[in-house]
Amino acid sequence: MGTLSGVILRGFGWRHAGRKRWAVRSVDLRIESGERVLLLGPSGAGKSTLLAALAGLLPEDSGEQEGTVEIDGLDPRKGRERVGIVFQDPESQLVMARCGDDVAFGLENRGVPAEEIWPRVDDALRRVGFPYHRDRPTAALSGGEQQRLALAGALALRPGLLLLDEPTANLDPAGATLVRSAVAGALDADTTLILVEHRVAEALPLVDRVVVLEAGGGVRADGSPEAVFRDHGDALAADGVWVPGRTVPPRRATTAPGDLLLTADRLGLPPRLAPTDLAVRAGEALAVLGPNGAGKSTLALLLGGLLPPGGGTLTASAPLAGRDARTPPHRWRAPALAARIGSVFQDPEHQFVTGTVFDELALGPRRTGRPEPEVRAVVDDLLARLRLGALAGANPYTLSGGEARRLSVATALATAPRLLICDEPTFGQDRRTWLELVDLFADLRDAGHGIVTVTHDAEFVAALADRQLTLARPAPAPGTPDGDRP
Amino acid sequence: MISIEPVAAPGAPLARRNPVAKLAAALLFSFILVATLDPVAPAIAIAVELALLPLFGVRYRVLARRAWPLLVSAAGILVTLVLFAAERSGRVLLEAGPVVVTSGVLLTALGLVLRTFAVALPGVIVFATTDATDLADALIQNAKAPARFAIGALAAFRLVPLLGQEWQAISMARRARGVDAGRNPIAKLRLFVSTAFVLLVGAIRRGTRLAVAMDARGFDAGTPRTVARRQRFTTADALLVAGAVALAAAALTASILLGTYRPLLG
Repeated sequence: MGTLSGVILRGFGWRHAGRKRWAVRSVDLRIESGERVLLLGPSGAGKSTLLAALAGLLPEDSGEQEGTVEIDGLDPRKGRERVGIVFQDPESQLVMARCGDDVAFGLENRGVPAEEIWPRVDDALRRVGFPYHRDRPTAALSGGEQQRLALAGALALRPGLLLLDEPTANLDPAGATLVRSAVAGALDADTTLILVEHRVAEALPLVDRVVVLEAGGGVRADGSPEAVFRDHGDALAADGVWVPGRTVPPRRATTAPGDLLLTADRLGLPPRLAPTDLAVRAGEALAVLGPNGAGKSTLALLLGGLLPPGGGTLTASAPLAGRDARTPPHRWRAPALAARIGSVFQDPEHQFVTGTVFDELALGPRRTGRPEPEVRAVVDDLLARLRLGALAGANPYTLSGGEARRLSVATALATAPRLLICDEPTFGQDRRTWLELVDLFADLRDAGHGIVTVTHDAEFVAALADRQLTLARPAPAPGTPDGDRP
Repeated sequence: MISIEPVAAPGAPLARRNPVAKLAAALLFSFILVATLDPVAPAIAIAVELALLPLFGVRYRVLARRAWPLLVSAAGILVTLVLFAAERSGRVLLEAGPVVVTSGVLLTALGLVLRTFAVALPGVIVFATTDATDLADALIQNAKAPARFAIGALAAFRLVPLLGQEWQAISMARRARGVDAGRNPIAKLRLFVSTAFVLLVGAIRRGTRLAVAMDARGFDAGTPRTVARRQRFTTADALLVAGAVALAAAALTASILLGTYRPLLG
């Protein structure tokens, strides 16, 4: 790989065009060739903007710059061939339909002679431990495999500086481990690495230096991981960074479970979910675990009354559904469903329907026919409880990841359903939002709600769940790709 | 799920031809046939198309499955014209209440149906036998199309199947929020429009992220591109295009000689 003399930032700042706030500001930093840096900071501190600047992806006319950023003494916009970057979302960074073609894409763009392209493609695929032939369709890969392919695409260009922007945030634990081991195995000794990652403990084996950005601008801490976490661990944890070695006291149910709410008898949807039995009661938190492709998300949709079952039955009890208890939930009218069973989706943005946070929260209560003063009271209470008060007038699509997650949970709570079904609610969240979610769900459970969480997050299960159900992967039909939902 | 995969047997002699040659052959063949309104030339063209199908490695059953929208539109044309055409010349074949079917109407309808098939089938065959990546490569290398356009369209095309899954996810999320239309058609339309809007917003966001990722890998940065997959335009490809022109011209000539030729213009 190409070597690099270093990255130098002097008083660097960037403000996106049309924004009042600086995305990142007053950063002074020097990174030498071959260093492996973990970049931390509270959400909104500008980590992704900094990586975009280093990758030369901030065109001069797209915002306002302060200070300078140099790679090998050059403006990154002019030295782009020195830098490779891998983003968070696998779906939106693969370009071609076949794996080998995707790795070759960057080489073609850089004008690498045709006879050198395929040897370099094969070399890059081998480095990341890619298990398939280069003719494999990119659509048939799991999320973890797609991210390894994206990594191969970046490495094939032999960058001196490799930037990884939360490359495992959208992956299940097994996929995330695959990507991290690929990074560890693929880097040359003189490749410089800058990694942004929430899950610090997992990222530490890859790095030898930690840099913490301050939310209001500047660098708060910089040094070896030991020194940074010794001196700043408490403050970082309070800001939402997953400082290693900090455990969370579990919150178990304090009372016995109450009424039976929902019973699944051989409930299934071939080929996505094998027949499953379960019962959910009021005042308990049930965690559904299992590998990718076991049908956890499908089960959440079935329990939420959003998909008709392909087999078996789903029965709501009279305490949950009143007179509707004789009909299965997927036949209920939507307002009746929303008042009884709340669903929180993995991707919060799918859930948003209106133009402001306030209207988003008011939608459910209005649809279920509550009078307007009552709607206001419900919304104000939720805004305060989930720290969204300052954002009441904001567009839901402009929220940060943590804010969007809190809003998506709040919208499901607005109609006060007895039962809450959540699909990966802690996905990609910082520690602060994570702790808030544990407390919120525990409070709801103790107030008599039933909670079902589909999750890969072992710590979340340990902190909250009273019971666990582990799904097995159904025998795959030949030729079907792995489930791409984590 | 929207199927965009080619269905041809990979080794078939005409399926293997350069994608640009196949596209040019199909376009020229169709264009020449548009020139006439009679049923004879399209009938000959359809016979030629179906006879050549095995050389493209496409099975008749597969073609029928791919071309079913054509069959539906053909049936639509037939029914509409037979029932509502203003010009009712020729012999009366059937009279049932207000429905009068004459030989003239039937002939016009038949001509239109045959034209629809003759003009559309070449396109169906080309896309059933051509890989999208190969087409983009050939457009850049043999037709001098800008890479910015061809590769950009290819990358966007790859995201199309995802839209179906997104639509389902958005619809379910709305139901969970208490939003449904019930039996009210106006509410249904509003729900459809707002779901489509969310889908569009999501597609634009994803497209923007994809554009940034392509930018990061040096796409369209001004460096002359090299090509990993060489597409050649050979004599056989030129012959395919010439053959298509010759066959379409022959069909047209036959219709002129038989006296059925009716020019589209004039």
